[in-house]
Parts: sequence; C-alpha cells; structure tokens
Amino acid sequence: MSAHVDTHTHEDDHGHHHKETFVTKYIFSQDHKMIAKQYLITGIIMGIVGILMSLLMRMQIAWPEKPNVIFEALLGKWAPGGVMDADIYLALVTIHGTIMVFFVLTAGLSGTFSNLLIPLQIGARDMASGFLNMISYWLFFLSSVIMIISLFVEAGPAAAGWTIYPPLSALPLAQGGSGAGMTLWLVSMAIFIASSLLGSLNYIVTVLNLRTKGMSMTRLPLTIWAFFITAVIGVVSFPVLLSAALLLIMDRSFGTSFFLSDIFIQGEVLHYQGGSPVLFEHLFWFLGHPEVYIVLLPALGITSEVIATNARKPIFGYRAMVASIIAIAFLSTIVWGHHMFISGMNPFLGSVFTFTTLLIAIPSAVKAFNYITTLWKGNLQLNPAMLFSIGLVSTFITGGLTGIILGDSALDINVHDTYFVVAHFHLVMGISALYGLFAGVYHWFPKMFGRMLNKNLGYIHFWVTAVCAYGVFFPMHFIGMAGLPRRYYTNSNFPLFDDTQNVQILITIFALVAGLVQLVFLYNFIHSMFYGKKTEQNPWRSNTLEWTAPVEHMHGNWPGEIPHVHRWAYDYSKPGHDEDFVPQNIPLKDGEEELQH
Amino acid sequence: MTGLLTILILFGITIAIWQMVKIFDLAQANRDTSQIANDNDNSVNGYLMLAFLGFIYLITIISFALWGDLPLVSNSASEHGPEIDRLMIISMVVIFIVQTITQFLLHYFAFKYKGEKGRKALFYADNDKLEFIWTIIPVIVLAGLIMYGLFTWNDIMNVNEDEDPLVVELYAQQFNWKARYAGEDNVLGKANVRLIDLDKANILGLDESDPNAQDDIITTELHLPVGRPVLFKMRSQDVLHSAYMPHFRAQMNCVPGMITQFAFTPTVTTEEMRLNPDIYEKVRNINKIRNENSKKLQANGEEPLDRYEFDYLLLCNKICGKSHYNMQMKIIVETEEEYNEWINEQKQFKNSLVQN
Repeated sequence: MSAHVDTHTHEDDHGHHHKETFVTKYIFSQDHKMIAKQYLITGIIMGIVGILMSLLMRMQIAWPEKPNVIFEALLGKWAPGGVMDADIYLALVTIHGTIMVFFVLTAGLSGTFSNLLIPLQIGARDMASGFLNMISYWLFFLSSVIMIISLFVEAGPAAAGWTIYPPLSALPLAQGGSGAGMTLWLVSMAIFIASSLLGSLNYIVTVLNLRTKGMSMTRLPLTIWAFFITAVIGVVSFPVLLSAALLLIMDRSFGTSFFLSDIFIQGEVLHYQGGSPVLFEHLFWFLGHPEVYIVLLPALGITSEVIATNARKPIFGYRAMVASIIAIAFLSTIVWGHHMFISGMNPFLGSVFTFTTLLIAIPSAVKAFNYITTLWKGNLQLNPAMLFSIGLVSTFITGGLTGIILGDSALDINVHDTYFVVAHFHLVMGISALYGLFAGVYHWFPKMFGRMLNKNLGYIHFWVTAVCAYGVFFPMHFIGMAGLPRRYYTNSNFPLFDDTQNVQILITIFALVAGLVQLVFLYNFIHSMFYGKKTEQNPWRSNTLEWTAPVEHMHGNWPGEIPHVHRWAYDYSKPGHDEDFVPQNIPLKDGEEELQH
Repeated sequence: MTGLLTILILFGITIAIWQMVKIFDLAQANRDTSQIANDNDNSVNGYLMLAFLGFIYLITIISFALWGDLPLVSNSASEHGPEIDRLMIISMVVIFIVQTITQFLLHYFAFKYKGEKGRKALFYADNDKLEFIWTIIPVIVLAGLIMYGLFTWNDIMNVNEDEDPLVVELYAQQFNWKARYAGEDNVLGKANVRLIDLDKANILGLDESDPNAQDDIITTELHLPVGRPVLFKMRSQDVLHSAYMPHFRAQMNCVPGMITQFAFTPTVTTEEMRLNPDIYEKVRNINKIRNENSKKLQANGEEPLDRYEFDYLLLCNKICGKSHYNMQMKIIVETEEEYNEWINEQKQFKNSLVQN
C-alpha cells in the first residue's frame, strides 16, 4: 500500500498534476487534507444534531409538565400538543450518546486531525493508502446517514441507551424503539466500525512506515503519538463491539440465545434459554471503556501541541508524556469491569477492576501535572486554541477526580447510574474532548482553509462555553449524590427529589446558553472559511512540519523534496537561538546539542 | 412564566453577544486585524483566567452551601452505610484538596505568565525528580484509597449465612416491583418465569409442587424488621432492572436468567428516620416547595399535590423502557413485632392460587 505513495517522485508529483474533476477533488477525494475537512464538516453537522437533542432532554427535565412549542415543532407526532412522549425521551438519550461519542468525538475528532496531521507532521506525501482512506470516510458518511434515517422510523429510533443492553434492545415487545430503529442503529454502527478500523489501520501503517528522514519515533510530536496509540486501541477494541453487535443481531433476528434467557414479556414466555445479558455487558465495555480513551487521547495530543506552541516552551516531560499515553492505552483495556460492579458479576472481579481502574489515575495525574508545569515560566500566547487547551486541562482534572469515587466499587454502589456519573463522564470525556476538538479547529483552521478564524468570536465562544460547562455539570454531582437516577423522563413521581428541581432548572438554563453560544462558533467557522483573513505560512510560529508546507493545498504536501528532520518538535525558546522557535527541519548549529529526551 | 423568562434571558444573551462582537470590532477598527493574540489579548484573557478560577471556587462553595445537604451523606439506614459514607467523605476531602490546588496552579500560571512581546520563556524540558514526586504521591494516596475501598467492598459483598438472614426475593418486571418472602422455613421456593400461570395467579412463576414454595409470601410493599440482616435475591422477568435503595447504600442489577444478590441490615426504622432532624428539615423544605407548586396548580384549576411524608424507597436504576421513571416500591422498616404482625396478615402462596 505504501509503495503507491513512495513511487511518486517529487517531480512526478508536482510537474504534471493528475486531471482533477470536481468529483475527485471535493467528493471522492483521496487526498488526506480534503478527507480531514470532510470528516470535520460531517462531524460538525452530527454535533449539531447531538447537541440539539441534549437541549430537548434538558428542557423536558426542567419543565416536565409544560407543553412546549419547540417539542411540537421538532418532534412532531412524538410530542402531541407539545408534551414529550416518554419513549422519545429515551430515544433522545440513546441517540445523543451514540452521536456524541462515536460520530462527533471519535470520527469528528480523531478522523479529522489524524487525517490532517499524520502525513503533514511526520513528513509524508499522503496516507499509506489514499484509497482506503477515502473508503473509510464514505463508510463513516454512510453510517451517519443511516443513523439519521433511523430517527424517522415509524415505531421510533433505538431507545435502550447508547449501551444498548439486551434484553431491552433485543425485544421489540419491550420497547418500540427496539424494532426497526434498533436494526438501523446496529447496521449503522457495524458500518461505522468498519470505517473506524480502515482509518486506524491506515494511521498505524502511515506512522510506522512513512516518516521522513530523521523523524525517529522519539522525535514525533505528541499529537502523532496520541493518534498512533489511539489507532492501536481502536484496532484492538472495536472488533469486539462488532462481534457483540453481530451476536445481538443473531439474537434479534435468527432466534439464537447468546444474551437472552428465561424471559416472560407481555403475557408470553419467549423461547430463549441459556444466554446472559452480562456477557453482552462484558463485550460492550471491552470496547466501551477503551472508547473513552479513543475519544480523549487525541484531544490530549492536540492539547500537548497547542500548549507547547503557545507557551513558547518545550512540553514538560516528553518521555513521561509518551509513557503515560502508552500506560493509559494498556490500562484502558483492563478496566472495563468498573462499569459492571453491580451487574451481578462476581464481587471478586469487582475488586480486581477497582485496582486496575484506580491505577489509571496515575498516568492521568502525570499528564495533568506536566501540562501545568509547561505553563510555568512560559510566555503564554492566549489564542483561542490555547484557551480551549487550558480549559481542557481544567475539566480533565475536575472530571477525572470524581473517577476516584466511581472507580471505587464500594462507593459506586450508591452513585452508580445516578446524575453523579453523568456529571463525571461529561466533564472528563465529553467536555474535555470537545475542547480538544475546538482547540484543534482554532489552531489548524489556517492549515485547513488557508484563512484565520476571528479571534474575538473565539474568545466569546470559549468564555461563555467554559462558564456554562461548569454551570451545567458541577451542580449535577450534587443531585446525583442525592440519589437521583439518570435517564428518568421526569422526576415528578418522586417527591423525595422535589428539592432537586430548582437545580435542574438552573442546569438547563446554563445548557441552553451553552448551546446558543455554539452558534457563534458556527458563524465564525462558515464565515471565516470564505471571508476570513488570509493566513501567513506559520501563523503560530510553530516547530512542526505542517507549517513548512505551503498555505495552498497541493497533492503531495510539499513542492520539491520533503523536509528532513533534525530535532524534536519542542525547541521553543531554546537558548542560543534568536527566535523563540526552531522548526524541526532546521539542522543543529555547530556545537548545538539535541536535548536528550 | 419560567418559559417566558428563559426566552427573555436567552434573547438578552443573544443581544449581549452581538453587542460584544461589535464592541470588539469597533475597538480594533484602527488597529491590527491580525487574528493572532497580541499583548492586549494576552492581558485581558490572563485576567479572565484569574476570574475563572474565582468562578470555579465560587460554584464549588455555592454548590456545597446550597445543595451539600441534598446528599444523604449522613443518615444512612443500614449497618454498612456509615462505612461507605466515611470512605466517601475521605475521598471527597482528597479530591477537594487536589482540585483546589491544581486548579489554582493551572489558572494562576495562565495569568502570571501571560505573554508579553520580547520576553522569552524558560527552556525547561525535564526534571526527573519532580516527575518522580508527582508519580509517587498519587501512587501512595491511591494505594490507601484502594485498600480502604477493597476492605469496605469485601465487607459489604460477603454474605454471612451464619447470621440467619431474612431471605427476600426482589422481583422486577416492566414496570413494577414485587417482593417474595421465604416464609416460615426461610427458604425461597424454586421459581422460573416459564412456570408463570396468570390464570392461576402464579405471577412469579413459582414451582407449585415445591414444598418450600408453599409458605412463600408475595407482596407489593417491602417491610423489613429493624436490626436483622436481610439477604435479597434479585430476579427479573423481562429486561435488566436495577434495585436501588439509596438510603441503605444498596444497589444490584436484576438480570433475566440469573439470580443476583445483595445483603444489608437495616438499622433505623421508618418512624425514627422521620423524626431525624435532618430528614425532618428536608421533608419540611420539600413540602414548602410542593405547597408553592400546588398554589400554581390550583390557580390553573388543577388538583393540588399530596403532602409528602418520608419513606424509604426502592427505585429502578437501569433503563428498562417507557415507564422506567416511575418504577418504585415503598420500603417500610419497623420493629420485629410490627413486622411479624404485618407478615402474618399476608397470604401464603398456597392460599393465593386461584383453583380452577
């Protein structure tokens, strides 16, 4: 596969362009930069759907009895007279989770930036296989379309939670959404997994084989390390979800009993015997937990790069950062059981998973401390991307710390599946990864579109979002500790929780404002794409190779020879240099030593 | 009214953002149009970082002050409850300290080292000693928490059969709970959903020929004698449910096709809990809220809300379908005598069957 790109010599690439039509350039493009843009824009569109769903849920929770014209307008038959149906509430819960986790934060984040940055930062002309890369995007697009179509199914979209635990997800008798809606969900996810695997394989091969001369693994920018390890986790864990989905399809459609046994529903005994839903939980979380890091690691990689560049300082503890990425990746595959402490599995297993889970706090803590030390005595350029990166570290700490409670099996008993969990994971993986996505967009927008995003709109976007993110999720911990279960359509049947309702209203108001301010970003994004200020070649005065490529996109990325690499990516403010940055392609001066890292 | 108010607030915010953009644009009309942060941006955002640190602290304080008493961190009603609560408080203190310090360092550094033209950052890439320190400190703290957690977990999950626990089955179905007491022999009769016979009112699928099943008692309310260990055996007939009893710090999933279990000893009767000053205050507050809501309802010609009285609850805490949000059962903890009196009034299984 890699031979295809290698055989292009430079002259060959740039002397005579292949004939490009509109279709091969903008639609079925095999160019990694175009594919990155396609991923980003698809991700943003899915993000709008996902966020909108969360706002509908928030409004329902805050004002459950009030008919709402917005519900009637958006949900149609599912909100007769403006009163939301309980089934569609669960469907919103389900599809919001699915879209945000997989379509926005996996494909939208990792797909965009792995594609954009891997070839550009390692000094390659393109991905190892441009064709597979194109297929990967179009499979993702197809799965997005199917997921959206599933919203319009007669009996309702999938509504068993994004974890689709059987038997609820397996039996149309148990829930309307478990009929055609669930079938489409499974088909969409199966295609998504295929897309993700093609992408991941491509990233791994590209990083291993196509690095330019001098780009040793220890000189890789941390972004690339993060994308690389993320791809490895994806290849290890996504196939397991695929197998779970296939077995579930068998149970649903072909009468097998992998996950089902002894069921009596709506007056009849079903034939299933011998299966176990707990088995599904194991298979699901074997992907489900690594998925958290598939979402998070690219965001942390982007943050490392953005913080070092804007602090004008080397990232502190490069070796420790790489080691902690690898440690997190390894540990992430042996902690899945902490989602299942009270699933009915053997309590001894609970002890083991408590142990491994709390271990993962150590590399995470190292990363947080290293970010903070990188800021120390820096010369911080507080660009919007930098603000989002600092914001990420902040929410990563706040959200990560409560993991100490949830990862502890004894404490999990009482907060499992309450709002405490919702607050925890939204902060640590939702908001953090979203900030990583935004940081990446603000930082590399010039690379993608040749124009700059408006910084003042960026500042407004960040500060309002940052305040609202805490406003939404910080108080949420407390209603969770009061014992309020998540995924309740309304809490009005429990007078016990009446004193949490004012908190719910406050949270919803913060959420609505946060949703609204994303429109500022959307406007900035679309407007700047066409009318933004034209960028210079290296606007952030960064060291990495992508900024040595010309602003105008071209096949093969660099005219002439690919730059060679002579140093690591973090020679910022190095003594002995006039400028406060030394790009990786600048040879060492006489007598200059490369840092032993 | 709240809806209208929200729309007004949102509208106000929209206008505010629009105006802010205009002000930013006007202020910069005559200056550089570069979209890269300059010293002025660094300064403004540096101070905002400091303000944001204040905001994080503020929201922490407000949350604890206003809603810190929502959690039932004290007043658990089971024997193992205080242990969980103690571990929870220790963990919270650790988290609180780490959060306060790290957020301070992060935001303070962002303010202190905000960029200025001409200044050069310190080239500082590594310090093995420092990194060792902040690897080893979490290791030690976590080791402590893990040990404590594991001991607590083992204590809770290890069921001691010698203590002669009262055996009760919790039976979940879309969307209600049933309880099955083991009766005089304290042994639950065999059961399987395949044996359910609605015509004979054998709703839980008990084996009618099993002698142990004859004295079983099926109820829709859960009564527990105070001070006696209870061993719950959970079953579900259709989908996953989770038996969540927050006041007792107890939760376990109900899984179709298998029997799961959880044991605890209730220590406070419902009556005593109602008189507990914290709970009394909480109930009073809730009733105040309900009174206000009732007034609004009555103004619209609707029925007012019932007065709330404290009761322990069993809630479903695993998404189980349309009415998941209203799958609950009342739990009453009472003295041994009251319990015996109540249980003797209930019908035994053999007498509850409808004979054709």
